Amino acid sequence: MKYRHLILTNLTRKKTRTALTVGSFAVALFLFGILAVVDGAFQQGVDVAGVDRLVVLNRVSIIQPLPLAYRDRLARIPGVTQVTFANWFGGVYQDERNFFPQFAIDHPTYRQMFPEFVVPDAQWQAFVADREGAVVGEALAERFKWKIGDRVPIRGTIFPGAWEFNIRGIYRGRRVQDDTTQFWFRWDYLDERKTFGKGWVGWYTVRIANPDEAVRLVKVIDEQFANSPAETKTDTEKAFAASFVKQMGNIQLLIMSVGSVVFFTLLLVTGNTMAIAVRERTRELAVLKAVGFSDGFVLTLVIAETLVVAAVGGALGLGLAKLFTLRGDPTGGLLPFFYLSAEATGLGLGLALAVGLLAGILPALSASRLRVVNALRRI
Amino acid sequence: MVRIDGRGEGPSLIRARGLGKAYRRGGEEIHVLQGLNLDVDAGDFVAFMGPSGSGKTTLLNLLGGLDLPSAGSITVAGDEITRMSARKLTAWRARHVGFVFQMYNLIPVLTAFQNVELPLLLTRLSGAERRRHVETALGVVGLGDRMHHYPRQLSGGQEQRVGIARAIVADPTFLLCDEPTGDLDRKSADEILDLIDRLVREYGKTVLMVTHDPLAAERARVVLHLEKGVLVDTVTAGRAR
Repeated sequence: MKYRHLILTNLTRKKTRTALTVGSFAVALFLFGILAVVDGAFQQGVDVAGVDRLVVLNRVSIIQPLPLAYRDRLARIPGVTQVTFANWFGGVYQDERNFFPQFAIDHPTYRQMFPEFVVPDAQWQAFVADREGAVVGEALAERFKWKIGDRVPIRGTIFPGAWEFNIRGIYRGRRVQDDTTQFWFRWDYLDERKTFGKGWVGWYTVRIANPDEAVRLVKVIDEQFANSPAETKTDTEKAFAASFVKQMGNIQLLIMSVGSVVFFTLLLVTGNTMAIAVRERTRELAVLKAVGFSDGFVLTLVIAETLVVAAVGGALGLGLAKLFTLRGDPTGGLLPFFYLSAEATGLGLGLALAVGLLAGILPALSASRLRVVNALRRI
Repeated sequence: MVRIDGRGEGPSLIRARGLGKAYRRGGEEIHVLQGLNLDVDAGDFVAFMGPSGSGKTTLLNLLGGLDLPSAGSITVAGDEITRMSARKLTAWRARHVGFVFQMYNLIPVLTAFQNVELPLLLTRLSGAERRRHVETALGVVGLGDRMHHYPRQLSGGQEQRVGIARAIVADPTFLLCDEPTGDLDRKSADEILDLIDRLVREYGKTVLMVTHDPLAAERARVVLHLEKGVLVDTVTAGRAR
C-alpha cells in the first residue's frame, strides 16, 4: 500500500504522544480483557450447562437437603432417563484460602450424567473400589501438585472432623471452558461418617429425554413433591447456573458500567489528542490538498492514523491481559474459569477500533473540510 | 506573449477574463481583484509585483484552482476551471499545477524522496516508475545525493529545491511560485532563481511567480504590476529584455 508510510511516519512525529495514546488504549483494553475474564468466569457455568439436564433443589434454599428416597421417584417420572445426586462438602485443605469446590457424588451414576468430564476407565475403577477415593480436576491437581496415590487430608466444616482421601483419578474437561477445579469423593463415604442428616442429599441432577419438554417436566417434578416436608424447586441447569451467578449481584452490570466509563474516557482523551495532532498539521494537510489529494483522502488519512493507534494499543492491552490469565486464577479458586476467550478478544479489538473511529471522525472531518487558502494564508 | 488587455485571441495557455474576487468583511464588501484580464502563453515566465494587499496572492490562488472567483472566468489549456466542481478541481490541480511555497511546506517526517514522491502517489505509476521520476526531479534540482535526508537535515535553499522538485515531478502544465526566495539569503535566492530560470529555458516550463524582490522579478520575461486588484502595466524584464 503506497500510502502506508504517510500513515506510519505521521505517528512517529510526536513519539511520546503516540506512545501515551497507544498506552491509553493498552491500559483500557487490558482492563477490558480482565473484566471480560471475570465475567466469563462467572458466566461459564451458564455457558457450559447441559441443555438436557435439570437440577432439583429444596424449595426452601440450596443449603436445605432432599431425601435420598426422591432418587427412585424421580427416575420413575416419564421423560426422565437418568438421575444422580451430590452434596456440597465445604471442607478446608490446609488453609481457608485454599478454596476449591468439593462434592460428595453418587459414584454409580455421576460419571454418566456428566460426560464432559473425562476420567480414564482404570482410574475410575480404582476410585469406585476405594471408599476413601477421590477424583480431582487436572487444574486442581496442578495447583496443589497432587498426583494419583496421594493422600489428602481435608478438615470438615459443615461435616466436622478430619477427613482423608486417596487421589484415585484426575479428570479433564472435553472443552476449555469445563471446570477442572473440582474435588469429588464418594457420597456413601460421607453418609456413613456424617453425624446428622443421614439419608439426605444436597441436590439431584436429572437427564431428560427431550430438552423441548424441560418446562413441562420442571412442573411435573415439582408437583410430584408438592405438599411434602421437602418440596422441590426444579430448574434447567442453565437457569440454575444463572441464578447462582445472580446471587453474587449483577456482575455483568458492574462490568458494563466500569467498561463504559473506561471507554468513554478513552474516547475523550483520544479525540482530544487527535484534534491537537490535526491542528498542528493544518499547514501540511493544506499542502496535501493543494497538490491534489482529495478531501476524502485527508479524511481517510486521519482516521487511518487513529485506527492504527487503536489497533496497536488494543492488541497490546489484550495481549497483556492474555499473558496475565496464563498465570491462572489469582483468587485461589474463586474464578476457576480464568481464561480470555477468542470472542472476548475479538470484541475488545472491535471496541478499540470503534473508539478509534469515533475519536478520529471529528478531527478527520475538520481536516477534510479545511480550506486550503485559509490554511496556507498564502500559497 | 503576455497580455493584460483582454484582446489576446491566440491559443494562450492561461486565459483570464473579467476576473473579480470580492470578500465580505462585516457589512463591507472588499474587492480584491476587479475585471482582470490575462493571457499567458506556454513557456512564459511571469512575475507579479505589487504592494501588500494588491491581490497578488489571491490571483495566484485563483489561477491555481485553490479558490473560485466572484466574477469572470479562467481557462487553462482549453479547460474552464472556474466551472469545475471542487472534486474535479482537485484532480485538475494534481495534473496541471506545481506549487512552490515561500516556506517550502515540506512534510518534516518524510524524507526528501518521500516529499517529492507525494504528487506521484495520485497517479497510477508503479513504485519503480515513481522512483525513477523522483530521482530525475531531485537530479534536476541538484539534490540527487540528499534523497534520504529529512527536511531538518537540509539548508533553507536545499529545502526549497526539494519543494521545486515536488512541484515539477509530475510534469505539471505550469508552476505557481509564491515568494520562492522570500525566506532565503541572497546567495541561496540566486541559486533558486537560477534553477527556476533553467526550468523555463531548458525544460520549457511556464512559471508564474509572486515576488517582492526586484532582483527576482528581473529574472522573469515579463513583470506585471498589481495595484488595488487591477493589473496596471506590463514590463518586459531582465534577461528577456
